[in-house]
Amino acid sequence: MKTTETPAPIPAEPGVTLTVPGTPAGKPPRRGREGTVLNVFSHGMLVLWAFMVVMPLLWAVMTSFKDDSSIFTSPWSLPDKLHLDNWARAWTDANMSDYFLNTVLVVGGSLVGTLVLGSMAAYVLARFDFPGNRFIYYLFIGGMSFPIMLALVPLFYVVNNMGLLNTIHGLILVYIAYSLPFTVFFLTAFFRSLPTSVAEAAFVDGASHTRTFFQIMLPMAKPGLISVGIFNFLGQWNQYMLPTVLNTDPDKRVLTQGLVQLATSQGYKGDWSGLFAGLVMAMLPVLAAYIVFQRQVVQGLTAGALK
Amino acid sequence: MQHGKYRFIVGFLAAPLGLYAIFVVWPFIQSIYYSFTDWTGLSPDFQMVGFDNYTRMFHDDIFWKSLWHSLLFALLLPLVTISLALFFSFMINVGGRRRRGGPAISGVRGSSFYKIVYFFPQVLSIAIVALLFAFAYNPDSGAINSLLRGIGLDGVQPLWLGDPNLALWCVMAVLVWSTVGFFVVLFSAGMASIPADLYEAALLDGAGRAKTFFRITLPLLWDTVQSGWVYMGILALGAESFAVVQIMTTGPGGPDYSTTVMVLYVYQKAFRDGQAAYATTIGVALLIVTLLFAAVVMRLGRRERLEF
Repeated sequence: MKTTETPAPIPAEPGVTLTVPGTPAGKPPRRGREGTVLNVFSHGMLVLWAFMVVMPLLWAVMTSFKDDSSIFTSPWSLPDKLHLDNWARAWTDANMSDYFLNTVLVVGGSLVGTLVLGSMAAYVLARFDFPGNRFIYYLFIGGMSFPIMLALVPLFYVVNNMGLLNTIHGLILVYIAYSLPFTVFFLTAFFRSLPTSVAEAAFVDGASHTRTFFQIMLPMAKPGLISVGIFNFLGQWNQYMLPTVLNTDPDKRVLTQGLVQLATSQGYKGDWSGLFAGLVMAMLPVLAAYIVFQRQVVQGLTAGALK
Repeated sequence: MQHGKYRFIVGFLAAPLGLYAIFVVWPFIQSIYYSFTDWTGLSPDFQMVGFDNYTRMFHDDIFWKSLWHSLLFALLLPLVTISLALFFSFMINVGGRRRRGGPAISGVRGSSFYKIVYFFPQVLSIAIVALLFAFAYNPDSGAINSLLRGIGLDGVQPLWLGDPNLALWCVMAVLVWSTVGFFVVLFSAGMASIPADLYEAALLDGAGRAKTFFRITLPLLWDTVQSGWVYMGILALGAESFAVVQIMTTGPGGPDYSTTVMVLYVYQKAFRDGQAAYATTIGVALLIVTLLFAAVVMRLGRRERLEF
């Protein structure tokens, strides 16, 4: 960065007097030194936390390639060889493939449902004046601050009475219902911010309301749909409480639930290496997706909290 | 735009509103009603018992324990997480040393790298994170104790999750670990929108970094901090603490109920002990705590809105 420059007395901040005109000549060295100490400290803290974030994840990946005995005797040593059989065992014997499939089905179904139903409701609430509009809106967004656990006990019996307990489609419907508050809230604000003229022009040209929505408004709302879609995807993929209560059939378990059951029940005969392989298997796809779509994920998630 | 308007509105609202009413609103209303009954959840018969469940709750030691732990989660956890996140995001965005000809303030080198890495735990399921740390905390073969052994601290081998005095803190540490990165990114976005000339003026006046943080950054970021606090508190009272406590600590909410929280207690009473009515009573208490928490934080944090 500054290879060709003459070394300044305090290399840390050679440019202070240039960028801040009028700084007294005696000041830069003092501030420079203070800045260096702070920099070492702050960099140290930043590196330390990065280390603390990465280490447990690396440890899990490393452990998933070791055999059972070395997991117990020397948890931090490198695997003697890559025990890929752990992964194969987890995928087939420990039913990770089934859990994966179930999760993909449930999350796929509920994500599409959430976005379609959420945007329909949000569009109507944002764009049309009718009696009860405000009431319905607040009814929806009220759900954001209520503890789910309170509703969970009666919900169990509602779902049971409808014959939807331990079914994939039952879980999908419940996921959609619990994702609606935030989705409606976010998309209502988004639809309000879109210009009205385009939709009105389409309507004047003879397009029905329904057609105007699906052909004009929905494509225009794509950025909002992506943000809220990512937020919902992560929330639904990582959901643990709802399936734990509503989905007790071992064949229908989703990823999080299946892994926890494997780890806590004695059923899996202490196959720790297989368990770690399953754990890493469940972590890697989301981490990979995050690294690839990093910007969108961050935008989607922070949009969720800021509102 | 009047033609067919109401048919359209009804058509578009029916499905989402219907689902929401059946699976969210109706169970909420029911649960408040059930809290006045002696319903077990196992048989369809029950009777109204008035406030019996509530009286019982006030005499229930485990309820008070779980309430206390939930309050700790809602107050302490956001405090630690948000302080750490503010520190890191200030360093990442403002803490960099000045470069020749560069802007008056800048982030440390590699700031985008830190932001990406810190966010890792946020995309992972809290259940999977809890599982991972349950292994790491294992006193005999877990990563943490063997790390301590590795650096010569053989004498220091805590039981972690098995120690009633430590278990709650261990569980909380995991939630801090998994949430800090999210707030770093959130606050960084807020800091990026603070105009650089404010910092420049402060630096000209000879303000140090600590001063710029408390006089400029924090006041201008206050709205974000406050909504972050509420957001985290609600999570800590509900879903997140359920997952970590249920998965990581053994038995009925940790050794001697030392880690039990309200959500977990609701779950156990309803689905393990067959006391659905009593469970909903604790649920109502949880609802009240949640609403009070949000109201208090919003009220205490109210300030003049700063414009820039």
